[in-house]
Amino acid sequence: MGISDTATSGWDLVRSRPGTFVVVLLFLALGLDLLGTLLTGEMAVADLGSLLWTGLMQGLIIGLAGIGLSMTYSILNFANFAHGDYITAGAFTGWSVTYLIAGFGAADAADLLLLGAGGSVFGAGLDIGITTTPLAILGGLVVAGLATIAIAMGVDRSVFKTMREAGGISLLIASVGVAFALRYIIVFIYTPSNRGTTAANLVPQFDVWVIDGMVQINAHDLTILVASVALMLGVHVLLQRTKLGKAMRAMADNENLALITGIPTERIIQWTWIIGGGLTGVAGYLTVLWRGTITFRLGWFLLLLIFAAVILGGIGSIYGAILGGVLIGLTISVSQVWIPTDFARAAAFGIMILILLLRPQGIFAGRETA
Amino acid sequence: MTDRGPMDRLLANPSVGRLWDQDIVKVLAVFGAIYLGYVVIGMASGLTVQGIFATLVQLTLLIAIYAMLSLSLNLHWGYTGLFNIGIVGFMAVGAYTMLLVSKPAASVSQAALVGGFGLPFIVGAIAGTVAAALLGLVVALPALRLKADYLAITTIAMAEIIRFTFLSASFQEFQLFGRTVGTGGGRGLLVNFEDPITRYILDTEWFASVAESVSAAMGIEGTIQPALETLVISVVLLGVVAGFYWVFSRTGSSPFGRVLKAIREDETVARALGKNTDLFKIKSFMLGCGLMGLAGVFYAVFFLGSVNPTAFMPRFTFYIWIALIIGGAGSNTGSVLGAALFVGVLFQGPLYLKNAIASVTEITDAPDTIAGGVAALGQLDLAPLFAYTLDNISNFRIIALGLVLVWLMKRRQDGLLGHRKEHAASIPFDRRSGDAEEGTDR
Repeated sequence: MGISDTATSGWDLVRSRPGTFVVVLLFLALGLDLLGTLLTGEMAVADLGSLLWTGLMQGLIIGLAGIGLSMTYSILNFANFAHGDYITAGAFTGWSVTYLIAGFGAADAADLLLLGAGGSVFGAGLDIGITTTPLAILGGLVVAGLATIAIAMGVDRSVFKTMREAGGISLLIASVGVAFALRYIIVFIYTPSNRGTTAANLVPQFDVWVIDGMVQINAHDLTILVASVALMLGVHVLLQRTKLGKAMRAMADNENLALITGIPTERIIQWTWIIGGGLTGVAGYLTVLWRGTITFRLGWFLLLLIFAAVILGGIGSIYGAILGGVLIGLTISVSQVWIPTDFARAAAFGIMILILLLRPQGIFAGRETA
Repeated sequence: MTDRGPMDRLLANPSVGRLWDQDIVKVLAVFGAIYLGYVVIGMASGLTVQGIFATLVQLTLLIAIYAMLSLSLNLHWGYTGLFNIGIVGFMAVGAYTMLLVSKPAASVSQAALVGGFGLPFIVGAIAGTVAAALLGLVVALPALRLKADYLAITTIAMAEIIRFTFLSASFQEFQLFGRTVGTGGGRGLLVNFEDPITRYILDTEWFASVAESVSAAMGIEGTIQPALETLVISVVLLGVVAGFYWVFSRTGSSPFGRVLKAIREDETVARALGKNTDLFKIKSFMLGCGLMGLAGVFYAVFFLGSVNPTAFMPRFTFYIWIALIIGGAGSNTGSVLGAALFVGVLFQGPLYLKNAIASVTEITDAPDTIAGGVAALGQLDLAPLFAYTLDNISNFRIIALGLVLVWLMKRRQDGLLGHRKEHAASIPFDRRSGDAEEGTDR
């Protein structure tokens, strides 16, 4: 739909797509309401700024993890329910290494690798933070990516590879099995307890003055911003400047045609897992850095939000995944202006369902890796 | 089947084979094998007869609930090809609606207690079923046009929204028609009223005397009454399962069911033959959802005793899926068998086995973390790792569940009975050759 098209066919839109029209009206009304509360001073601009900032952080993590899901969804044609547990796996392996480096010599290596299972070591006690232990964080970040790549490729080789010809639903169900196995292997190794990972009091805080108040930003927020934007740019360059991106687009469009054109489809699939898995593991690691706690359910809790982001942006588009992630992140936090926090995630799911009903191809119309 | 093991050779025997073809024989054989396994393991590890009996009746109760759910799911997935992974949502709506209708009014003495309308349980159960079916309609109306995996994501998102709603403090307590009602939030709701089974059977004088005489006859110390009560409930619930089975078999073999199967195989063809496939899908979805709601009602009243949102986590939905896939999607008998095998072997089996092992052998102190087990592995000592595994068996079994699901999807997508050919026509065409064979046998 071109710009002139939208300008002239306002009435056509109302008639042909009443659902979309109602949703657009609803969002306009919400926007006006928000503007009203800001102008009357009912809510401080800085408060909205804080919500937006939190939403952006959450959104970047969702977007980063969403790239991998979006790529495998469009190239292998199935919704991978194990993706959430790749996030968890990346988080746990990465943080094992961070603990090991940060607490080297100070505590038993096995206790450190198990993230202090059984209450033997505590992250806060190891002074973990981006300014206090930068090497440990960097090492953990790299290992989180590498380990998740290894897990994703291992699972692909042992489970999904022999099922390439099976339908999307068979693969989906198999991925649920992978998700269960992976999640509870993690529980089996690390025990199911939640624990704190960072020394929150040692993280530098900055107060940014915004019109009528302060928005608090800490060094971990900035780490996430830098790491995720750098990785997103990296993927963008990789897929735009190399033949890999073109080959992926070709495969997403028509796998058989790609094969007879001479594209080594199996190797492209491996690259898909490498890029997707790496980003997913890093996203898991960053989530834990940002929240300061780790739990074996963190990936599963993120999974549906990531699906929401990917569907919102359009399956197959990495820009769609990033934009969708940020929009979902913002939805979760800004929705708190109108509804109780209990329903923040419900609001995100609601948006996903609306998109599925009104524009199932998503904002970026899908099937365009890169 | 390509491999011919002893089981296949046994089934090749004509008389055994014909017996095995009877669905009821399959069901009895599988249930019998599971019970026998529990009894043998229990006896070997020296559990009391009472203990084994109590375990078995509790197991039957859970199997009955799973069987209701897998039968309902079979209507969605096995018959119509609708990929519903929001089962817990429909169960939760059924259970909470029933509680809203059937709980007695909040008493003044317990100010915090959330009440209900105090109508009979039957009314509550019907209301729960209808509410779940209506929710099914709300989901189905727009979502059935979506691709299977989009429908999947929509249904699971819907189930999560429902769980958040019941969890939320906003609806914890509110006024409706002058009564204090609500969801109870995270604390949930207590089933604080008598269901008909309790009122008309379990609380009667003669049931108490029966229980007493059974205890006396078997020379059991203490009372066996709680186990007998569970037995009565599970027998009633097995009756409900039979009802579900009957409804779904009738549905499946009716002209309505044939259209559903046609939609599953190829919706375009069904549409080309002039069937309004949307309408058929909506009806099928609503029927299945309603009965899932009813199963949720039974789960709440007879298994949980009190309802809170953590009872309706998404993984429960996938348990039902595993049960259905083990049994074979598309087969009602398979759904029941799958439920029995899932609950008996995969879900409760490991826990029972752990108790049995723990009562036989002195297990050395299990290490707190896996590190202790792995360290001992270096000295070729398997015991600590084994002890750690036993200690964490409830987590370990879910790893096994996942692997079983993966294996099934890779090797046996049809499960136990899903491969059975169905006749498109109401009259089977291959009867004649079968009759001839029977004639020669006699």
